Amino acid sequence: MTTAEPLTVRGLDVRLDGRPVLAGVDLTVGSGELVALLGANGSGKSTLVKTAVGLLPASGGSVELFGTPLSRFHDHARLGYVPQRSGAAPGVPATVTEVVLSGRLSRRRLMTRPGRADRAAAERAIEQVGMSDLRRRPVAELSGGQHQRVLIARALAGEPELLVMDEPTAGVDRHHTAAIAELVGELTASGTAVLLVAHDLGPVEPFVDRAVVLRDGHVVYDGSCGGVRDDMHHDHAHHAHPKVVDPADVVPTKGVW
Amino acid sequence: MMLELLDYPFMRMALVAALFTGLTAPAIGTYLVQRRLSLLGDGLGHVALTGVALGLLTNVAPLVTAVVVAVLGAILVEALRAWSKTPGDVVLALLFYGGIAGGVLLAGLAGESGAALNSYLFGSIVTISESDLWLVAALGVVVLVLAVGLRPQLFAVCQDEAHARVSGLPVRFYSILIAVLAAVTITVAMRTVGLLLVSALMVVPVATAQQLTRSFRSTHVAAMGLGLVAAVAGVVVSYEVDTQPGPTIVLLALASFVVAALLRTGVLLVRGRRTPEVADA
Repeated sequence: MTTAEPLTVRGLDVRLDGRPVLAGVDLTVGSGELVALLGANGSGKSTLVKTAVGLLPASGGSVELFGTPLSRFHDHARLGYVPQRSGAAPGVPATVTEVVLSGRLSRRRLMTRPGRADRAAAERAIEQVGMSDLRRRPVAELSGGQHQRVLIARALAGEPELLVMDEPTAGVDRHHTAAIAELVGELTASGTAVLLVAHDLGPVEPFVDRAVVLRDGHVVYDGSCGGVRDDMHHDHAHHAHPKVVDPADVVPTKGVW
Repeated sequence: MMLELLDYPFMRMALVAALFTGLTAPAIGTYLVQRRLSLLGDGLGHVALTGVALGLLTNVAPLVTAVVVAVLGAILVEALRAWSKTPGDVVLALLFYGGIAGGVLLAGLAGESGAALNSYLFGSIVTISESDLWLVAALGVVVLVLAVGLRPQLFAVCQDEAHARVSGLPVRFYSILIAVLAAVTITVAMRTVGLLLVSALMVVPVATAQQLTRSFRSTHVAAMGLGLVAAVAGVVVSYEVDTQPGPTIVLLALASFVVAALLRTGVLLVRGRRTPEVADA
């Protein structure tokens, strides 16, 4: 096991379809640290986390997970990822438990059934997001917010050391958003590193160690929550910079955070 | 009188072939439905037709050339989906037309009329040879072991590709595997229901199962059961009432879908519409 930081991003450049979306981005997330990534739609937040977990290629700079360059990182169980909920539903029903159990795959061997530890971890994760009553429900029958909580449970089931969450509370009601904020706080207190893409800090603010604000693909702030000014990460009519539009960042539903 | 048909060796072989087709087609078809690629089976069926014609032209067993060409077609589909920006339905259209045109053209070069392709288009389960049956059985076992044994992985890849990739699953490999298994299944089913109807046996039992199931696992298992029953019953019924086995199997599968859909509607009416609990705002 390495003692290196869970996530280190240095001088990251990302181009999508030839257009620069991120330029020279630096970002670190340490063990037990909760870093909130803020920015207006189109600022490159989603592109940054997708590149950090290996879903998009970098055109320059480096990403290291636990001290290992992304291209050589194979210890997938240490990384948990909560993607933005996609609109397209698969054509065959799947229950909450089935979806959450797929969060254990990086720990399971081929051609075997889920073991007792897998089932226990999935059940615990479902309980943590308050979905125990609905665990046999097909996910297609859930509301947007409930579905989002299932995706969080799937990432938690893998018991990751670094959790990357892309607007995890989009569509989740106030009550459950507060509960998830508490949960994230507990996770970081127990040593998990969390990178959280957020629209607004909301109830998670007391647990955030550092806020990073992106604008037009550049880091414009990296520091305590207290120093974040509203104009840094919100769109304004008098926006002076020409905006770089990142399709990955255009979300139909805005999160509470 | 039902046992009487077991007296004929060709009927016994037909039943074994039906058993394998009935199980394997929905076993892999479930993943195609989950990925919303229900028509992929049909597209690959058309490509397999080119393979059949190639077999006729080169005097190689058509079942073998069909497997090879359909597998190559499957890999091509996944490559087109992954590396070019061709949408899935356009890829399917390319398969349909390319496969039919290639099949008829090659069959013509082989000096065969379209009629020679007929038994492959609509199936001719009662003329299956013993060597064909062995190939059908062997390929069927391979498809079943992989489709059932790798269910957690294949499910994850079809459910959420991005998450599967971050989990370290070789997503591209599994996508190609699904397409290749589908191609193999189609050629296995070529002699039973035929290339034009095989897609029905991959998709209809899955649609029937999900009228009554709530989990992926139960849908997968129930679809395989329904496919098995439809295929075996189809062969028996076609013998008893003297119809063509392929269409009989497919019509039985469709009939069970209608029954399941009616059952579901009935259940929902009796229970009253289920209201979602505590929907988040």
